[in-house]
Amino acid sequence: MELAEQLAGQQKSISVAEFFEKNKHLLGFDSPTRGIITTIKEAVDNSLDACEEAEVLPDIFVGVKKVDKDVYRIIVEDNGPGIVPKQVPFVFGKLLYGSRFHQIKQSRGQQGIGISAAVLYAQLTTGVPAVVISRTSHKNKAHRFEIMIRTEANEPEVLKDEEIEWDRMHGTRIEIEFKTTLAAKKRLLDYLMYTSVVNPHARIKADIDGEVYNFERVNEETIVPPKAILPHPHGLELGQLKRIAAASDSNLKDFLINSFSRVGDKNADEIIGGSGLKESRKAKTLTNEELKKLLESMQNVEVPPPPASQCLSPIGENMIIRGIDKEFQLDFVRARTRKSKVFSGHPFIVEAAIGYGGKLESEGTATILRFANRVPLLYQQGACAITNSISGINWKAYNISQQGLPTGPVLILVHVASTNVPFTSESKDAVASIPEIEKEIVLALQDLGRDLKMFLGRRDRNKQFEERARAVCSILPDIAMKVSEIVEKPVPDISPLEGQIMKKVVAKKGVRDGFVEIMLSNYTNTAVSLTIYNMSPEDGKDASPKPDFVDNIGDEYNKLWKAVIEPDNMWSAKYKGTNGGTLDIRGVEEKKLVVIDLDN
Amino acid sequence: MTKEEMDKHAVSKLLEIADRWYSQIKRAEIPYISLPTRTKHNIEYDEGTEVWKYGEKETTRTASTAKSALHLLKMAYVVGFLKDQIGENRSSTLREMYYISEGWKRAKFGAQDESNFLVEDLEIITELSREAFHLRPEEDGASIFGPVKIREQTRRGDKDIHCVEDVGEAGYSIPNNVERLTFLENDAKFVIAMETGGMYARLMENGFSEEYDAVLLHLKGQPARSTRRMLKRLNNELGLPVVVFTDGDPWSYRIFASIAYGSIKAAHMSDILVTPGAQFVGVQPSDISTYNLPSDHLTEGDIAALKAELTDPRFDTEYWRNQINLQIKLGLKSEQQAFASRGLDFVTKEYLPARLSEMGII
Repeated sequence: MELAEQLAGQQKSISVAEFFEKNKHLLGFDSPTRGIITTIKEAVDNSLDACEEAEVLPDIFVGVKKVDKDVYRIIVEDNGPGIVPKQVPFVFGKLLYGSRFHQIKQSRGQQGIGISAAVLYAQLTTGVPAVVISRTSHKNKAHRFEIMIRTEANEPEVLKDEEIEWDRMHGTRIEIEFKTTLAAKKRLLDYLMYTSVVNPHARIKADIDGEVYNFERVNEETIVPPKAILPHPHGLELGQLKRIAAASDSNLKDFLINSFSRVGDKNADEIIGGSGLKESRKAKTLTNEELKKLLESMQNVEVPPPPASQCLSPIGENMIIRGIDKEFQLDFVRARTRKSKVFSGHPFIVEAAIGYGGKLESEGTATILRFANRVPLLYQQGACAITNSISGINWKAYNISQQGLPTGPVLILVHVASTNVPFTSESKDAVASIPEIEKEIVLALQDLGRDLKMFLGRRDRNKQFEERARAVCSILPDIAMKVSEIVEKPVPDISPLEGQIMKKVVAKKGVRDGFVEIMLSNYTNTAVSLTIYNMSPEDGKDASPKPDFVDNIGDEYNKLWKAVIEPDNMWSAKYKGTNGGTLDIRGVEEKKLVVIDLDN
Repeated sequence: MTKEEMDKHAVSKLLEIADRWYSQIKRAEIPYISLPTRTKHNIEYDEGTEVWKYGEKETTRTASTAKSALHLLKMAYVVGFLKDQIGENRSSTLREMYYISEGWKRAKFGAQDESNFLVEDLEIITELSREAFHLRPEEDGASIFGPVKIREQTRRGDKDIHCVEDVGEAGYSIPNNVERLTFLENDAKFVIAMETGGMYARLMENGFSEEYDAVLLHLKGQPARSTRRMLKRLNNELGLPVVVFTDGDPWSYRIFASIAYGSIKAAHMSDILVTPGAQFVGVQPSDISTYNLPSDHLTEGDIAALKAELTDPRFDTEYWRNQINLQIKLGLKSEQQAFASRGLDFVTKEYLPARLSEMGII
């Protein structure tokens, strides 16, 4: 036998399942520690995507249960729309089966590998089939499947399919058992926290080997699911064009207008003119050569950018801030959502946020949260365009120390949303270096850096003011004491002076010459709106200004005034009387208020 | 006023300050004190008394900053200390008070300049001199020599001293408190005040005092308050014209100015310390070229001082503008003893007689 024949005997086709079985790392299953996170991530991503599409508020449960020494059972359950029973085996038991692969819109998962890869990983390490429970509505019963994958064929194998009672009206639950460890528990919790930061409309409960964690939702509105758009002429490759053309029955012009986003009458004419082809040609009859010419012409004609507002769903500045704040309770947080931009025909939006102080570590590198299409990126931080952009900024200009990455109690969040996030690998850990995207990240962060600098400046000034004021307040008692000693009189109360110096509201009450006087001075920097309660034996009928409300309580009268006092201004009221009673002020923080009874 | 009355007045003035602060604090006002601004830009010529006094500009120190609050605290301690000192009929020097402040915790002084300055502030506020607070100056008064008879109240009783016959070569030492002196008799025609001891001895040795009936007075550099007060009294009470003879450099002109116009630091005491009619004899910058005097080059500090004098309202006369500008042009300065280069008698036989007759003194 000739060598070539011998070799030919060994050659055979392999299925994708077999391929990924051998190349687990490509999907993020390179180690047992990682496997658990990847599995949960894939399942939670699917749940969030499903809930979003169905426009329900996600209510997700994540469970990790130890089954054996190094075997864990992973459970992810959601309240999404569920999956029709006949599709369940394919979604979970066949790689590269999914609804979003051909759609152009922002979504978490895309290729339909993730969760079935997890099923594959489970059967490789433990041989235990995956359990899937799904219910599509209260009218239908839930289905419980036991599924495995026939790797050689990349086809699902249903070991069991039964109807069961399930307390959820609709939703999906998956249980996968595989060899892993909980060594990366911290990272797993990070993943869940970060997910909740960028999905503030989701409630995530986790039970990690008996320990329960809650990530509450802060927003009760569902997000508008992004809609799929047609491909944009500028991001197109020949193969794609060929496929779309083959499926079309239209002539060239109609084909262009109907199959691509933002191509109108005029653009179509221009493209056809540039390609040297006839308008009347049927798209599917074009030869390879002709398609190449058409593609070239498509790239050369100016077409408006794709409609990002339809197909992308940025989180929004307000939601990012609320999401971050609920987890970190920061002293300062600002977010920016940039306008949509385009790279190679794909629309994208960069969002960023900067936080300072709060629960952040005051030493060491800044906390960096990377997201792509609302999915936290946990691995390969160093290889990511987001990290590179952050280190490329001169943070010292914003009063933040820096050693490559910024350091100190700083949090930096970057979210890249796109119909086609350019990842560095299939495991989707890092965003590739695309100049257009990096530029947007840098611009957003620089903008936020300026805000942070202002905050830090103001905070330092406030601190300085407070220190100075404290210094003065520490000397005043000595002055009062010495002066009293010299004039041989009792030491006066200096709290009103301290109130002035510490920029507080000072309220005084006293009786003088048969009149009760109430005086309020606003030494703060802002106008205050106060309610003044004075309880005393006098009814205050003659008071000027007149009380807004007088209430008789037993022998006494509670007089109420409302007053707005501008900074450095004062307000006073006076009525005939000999007993000032009590004075109570509302409307200003207690630490900003000094109330003094001049008669005591 | 008797000593008791003077003490009572001083205490009441001090209490006034404390009272003001006390009622400010009572009224919930941050305590403060206002003082005339003590710079050359805030001294004004007073036509009536012909001296320079503080003008209208005021500086208010409010205890709303740590620095000012501390200043007020120190002042309060000084007021308290002086009140007690007067009450106990004791006295102390400025330096002693500075050391006493060691026990005042955070109110203690960082340097003696600070306490000296604060006492001057109190003089300004109370319109009393530090002697009224029983604060003794520590520097010696200067010496005089000439045909004047003085009665001095000393701790050992009254002493009558003739300032030629009853004194040695050094002359009569002006006491710290000039108020205890009375002039008994005099044959003098004028007073010549000199910056340096060398010139004082030269005039004495050359018999200048006898020849011209002059009272010689040794200033010892920048004259002490008692020296200035002495000059003022000689001028005021005996009607003697006063001339001032100093080195020919910018610092010496300030000695003259403090005698004739008043000093910036003590502008509040101008009425009692300044001799408005005092005249400058020399060394004038023009003398340096006229007599070809041995000279030194002006230093940068000298030039800066001269330029500062050009913006000083006290030197804003044609005479001083000309002399100072001339000196800057020459770039030279000379000491008063430089006249010795033309012989030991030159200053008494030629320079002074010529200058003094030119000025109408002799």
